[in-house]
Amino acid sequence: MSEWFAMGGHGLYIWGSYGVAALFMLVEVILVMRRRRSLMQRLGRMIRMKAQTDSEVSDEV
Amino acid sequence: MFNLFKFSSPASFYPLAGRLVTLFAIASVILLAIGLYMSFFVAPTDYKQGEGYRIMFIHVPAAWMSMLIYVVMACWAAAGMIWNTRLSSMMATSLAPTGAMFTFIALWTGALWGKPMWGAWWVWDARLTSELILLFLYVGFMALESAIDDPRRAARASGLLALVGVVNIPIIYYSVQWWNTLHQGSTIDFSKGGGVEISMSEIMLWTLLIMTFACWFYTIAVALNRVRSIILEREADSAWVKTLLKGAKS
Repeated sequence: MSEWFAMGGHGLYIWGSYGVAALFMLVEVILVMRRRRSLMQRLGRMIRMKAQTDSEVSDEV
Repeated sequence: MFNLFKFSSPASFYPLAGRLVTLFAIASVILLAIGLYMSFFVAPTDYKQGEGYRIMFIHVPAAWMSMLIYVVMACWAAAGMIWNTRLSSMMATSLAPTGAMFTFIALWTGALWGKPMWGAWWVWDARLTSELILLFLYVGFMALESAIDDPRRAARASGLLALVGVVNIPIIYYSVQWWNTLHQGSTIDFSKGGGVEISMSEIMLWTLLIMTFACWFYTIAVALNRVRSIILEREADSAWVKTLLKGAKS
């Protein structure tokens, strides 16, 4: 098993390559999903606020 | 008949993109699992480079994607400039970060492959330098796009940069033929007379292709997910977004 990880002396280079590639792809997925979630929350808040002010205006009339 | 132009408007493209994200994300995960298994357990040890060549299975797909994404991005930018379609420039904006990421991965894995094989992390030869310029082009595109507040002007300025930068793509691709270089020649060479020349075993080729498609599908899933956010951000005041969000709430 440890022999397999050593990759014939190239272990550091191979795992350094795949590790960084995996990390970047994972982080990008997380960032894209987080951007979307926070955007949906923000737009949802905006719509609720709008609905509230609309109903207040109609109460006054 | 299937009407393609229907999806050139953000309102109808948005739900379609949502379905495609799921589809391509699943396909990408499956192909990545198969590709990684083949990269480490199925593909044989190389007679010349030993185990170190296994970096190829991430390095070459990343390098291919870095060039392909740039060309696709420039095409969207051009379409946006010619037909003035909002969605086109949004697609270009959405692709740039993923392209920059694959360019970085190509450079990084290249350095880690170069050290054991050439004895150097980096050399200023044509292939490596032009790939580094590609990274600067991506970064420049994103910086220019985000520096201008008006989306239309931002799309025009950054689109122009993307189009001028396309000249770098053939330079990267043919650099190993045009100049003497430390970088090895193309693994799959289309320029040889009498068809394609492939300088590796069949199982290595399949592994490489599966990893490439995995990265390709990954890019489609991520870029479409990102463009959905961009669409909502830019069209937040439009009626269709309001109906969509109200529908999602209740």
